[in-house]
Amino acid sequence: MIPNLDLRSIKPYGDQANDGMIQLSFTLPVPAGAKAREAAKTLIALMGFSDIQMVLSEDIGGDFTFFVVYAKTNKYVDYTSIKTLEVEIPKIVIEEINDKISKYLKRQVVIIGATIGSDAHTIGLDSILNMKGYHGDSGLERYKAFKVYNLGSQIPPLELVKKSREYKADVILVSQIVTQREIHIKQLTELVDILDAEKIRDKILLIVGGPRITHELAVELGYDAGFGAGTMPSDVAAYIADRILKKSS
Amino acid sequence: MHLDLDQNLVRKARELAKEITDDVQKFIDLRSTDSVERTVVRVYGIDGVDADGIPLPNSVVYDVKSRDGLKRGIAYWIANACVAKSMSPQEVAESVGKKEFSLVEIRPQKESIVAEKIDELTESSIKQLEKIKRERDEMLKELGDPNQPYIYVIVATGNIYEDVIQAKTAVSEGADIIAVIRSTAQSLLDFIPFGPTTEGYGGTYATQANFRIMRKALDEMAAKVGRYVRLTNYASGLCMPEISAIAAIEGLDMLLNDSMYGILFRNINMMRTFVDQHTSRLICAFSHITINTGEDNYIKTSDPIDRAHTVTTSQLINEQFALKAGMEPKYMGIGHAFEIDPDVENGLLYEIAHALLTRSLFPQATPKYMPPTRYMTGNIFKGYAQNTLYNLVSVMTGQSIHLLGMLTEAIHTPLVQDRYLAISNAKYVFRNAKALGEDVEFKKDGFVQEEARKVLENAVSLLEHIKSVGLMVSIEEGIFGDISRKIDEGKGADGVFVKGEDYYNPIIEKMEEIVRSGEL
Repeated sequence: MIPNLDLRSIKPYGDQANDGMIQLSFTLPVPAGAKAREAAKTLIALMGFSDIQMVLSEDIGGDFTFFVVYAKTNKYVDYTSIKTLEVEIPKIVIEEINDKISKYLKRQVVIIGATIGSDAHTIGLDSILNMKGYHGDSGLERYKAFKVYNLGSQIPPLELVKKSREYKADVILVSQIVTQREIHIKQLTELVDILDAEKIRDKILLIVGGPRITHELAVELGYDAGFGAGTMPSDVAAYIADRILKKSS
Repeated sequence: MHLDLDQNLVRKARELAKEITDDVQKFIDLRSTDSVERTVVRVYGIDGVDADGIPLPNSVVYDVKSRDGLKRGIAYWIANACVAKSMSPQEVAESVGKKEFSLVEIRPQKESIVAEKIDELTESSIKQLEKIKRERDEMLKELGDPNQPYIYVIVATGNIYEDVIQAKTAVSEGADIIAVIRSTAQSLLDFIPFGPTTEGYGGTYATQANFRIMRKALDEMAAKVGRYVRLTNYASGLCMPEISAIAAIEGLDMLLNDSMYGILFRNINMMRTFVDQHTSRLICAFSHITINTGEDNYIKTSDPIDRAHTVTTSQLINEQFALKAGMEPKYMGIGHAFEIDPDVENGLLYEIAHALLTRSLFPQATPKYMPPTRYMTGNIFKGYAQNTLYNLVSVMTGQSIHLLGMLTEAIHTPLVQDRYLAISNAKYVFRNAKALGEDVEFKKDGFVQEEARKVLENAVSLLEHIKSVGLMVSIEEGIFGDISRKIDEGKGADGVFVKGEDYYNPIIEKMEEIVRSGEL
């Protein structure tokens, strides 16, 4: 931690402590000009910013104006009072996971993964599941302890539940990358509802991952864990192994 | 800049790709699909939906298929009904939609009169498509073809009217090509939705009405900015040839169209895809629609350096399938992408080598270059830098169709300013490095030359393997994109059938005849 900070009133740090500096960029659907600039400044002031420096206001065609703004906030947060829900990831590595699962569970953990609903992006899912993994961190397929079924993209939640029965899955891993108008929430909720309706929610370790996913959101939606941006396959592997072992003992 | 490629090896690669696709074409020629038949229905001008909202082309084909008549081809049944009922194809379809009669139960009319009717319907449909194509070609000539690389951007709001606003804005900023990305689940629909649509997820439904709305908007903008603006959509999935047909009718310029993409990435049945892509490409060849192939996808799932030769291999296969549909090379947007991990040392040199290889192997084609997606993170600033390098490689290696990278890739569909920033970036780089490619030569036996040579050699080895086991077995082996698909599996398999002895598809025959004779 940076010395001499009052953790009870933390503000953004731009050039010096507590300057409250924030950079913003946004577009207004009005033609560029003095009136657009004034409108943007007024809007930012309404958000509680001061010292507003409009460094760019540009005509981006079709009567749209794009702004880049630096401004200072007078708001602060009490860092000491912040509580977050984070996934607890035990420090266990691949060999240990393989050993413990074979010793205590005496079979492979069955994991099925998919992107559900309309999301066609499998990049996140593949990075976690595929043998190759991500940035030298092996994917779950590389673990002897895991039997992985990667169903790919655009799997309807109902189909995913059907497959999880068929494969006797211990873990369902859902990836949601691109979303629009909060559709991902709807689809994630639908999956939980189906699992509940079929009375198998308790039997399944339900995990969701994606750049806009937080553990808190995941828990709120009824998932066991949520993994956000920057998650490595080994994080997910350790979490799964830990939870499955605890459940079985 | 140019590559010292062994021209004998290049020839060999092409020969192998030809032999590989010759083998598949034998299967294709014996078969048709529900979607191919619906394509004929659409080209005959049948459109609309029945009372249950089912598109009439589906109702008509289902009517004949469910009574075992489809082996003869849909054209005969429509013409027979037109003669018997003194109706137009549209009136026939509407009656079938209302279940007033079944086409198969109508008494067979005198053969010569039905044959005459088929000729009449076919000729007027083909004439209409030729007229549309001519108008597009003339407009392109009149307004002038923009400089390459063409700036290609996507709109994807889900609402066609919102798309129009964003597309017009993008054109006014410098976009040469607008692609309306589809609602993400559409590739798996076995029908084309009807009418203008305002709800979609991750994109906007491809419908004939939506095509028309966007075409009109872009033509208006083209006149305003004084340069031709191309419109793109997606002929992939279960409705490949049908989408091509409505694109031809509405005067689209480009379609994403790959001979294997659906099999690999959408788990669509192999035979269905192979048969559908052929008809689909024939329509594109006929209507001067540029196809964009999908090799960029392979290196999203497999390693872009180790598996670079799979891209080359697939490009050569796609080229041969396009040639089989009579397509001129200038309508082949051969796909590839800038997807190497930004942490790789000399990653830029690899990218240059791969991009230059595509350009050099397909000198007459219009390569379609795709931006980084795989290693785009929430760090939008770094993403913007990655896109700058991508833009540089594209202009220096002389790519033709350049899809702009968005700094918010993998976060959300582009915001209006994301598209603006992307266009500014591309215009800046293209202007600043305009003649770089003409001025620079890569060192003989240097990194770039060696890498390109290696990729080509690996591609030839892979083509030899594919030739020996066959393309379909190769796909089972998971050669492309590290994805394995079985011959008899996948969606849409039940929509494939072996043509009967009396099968007749006059639209396809006529188009083939015209395309081959070079009458166009």
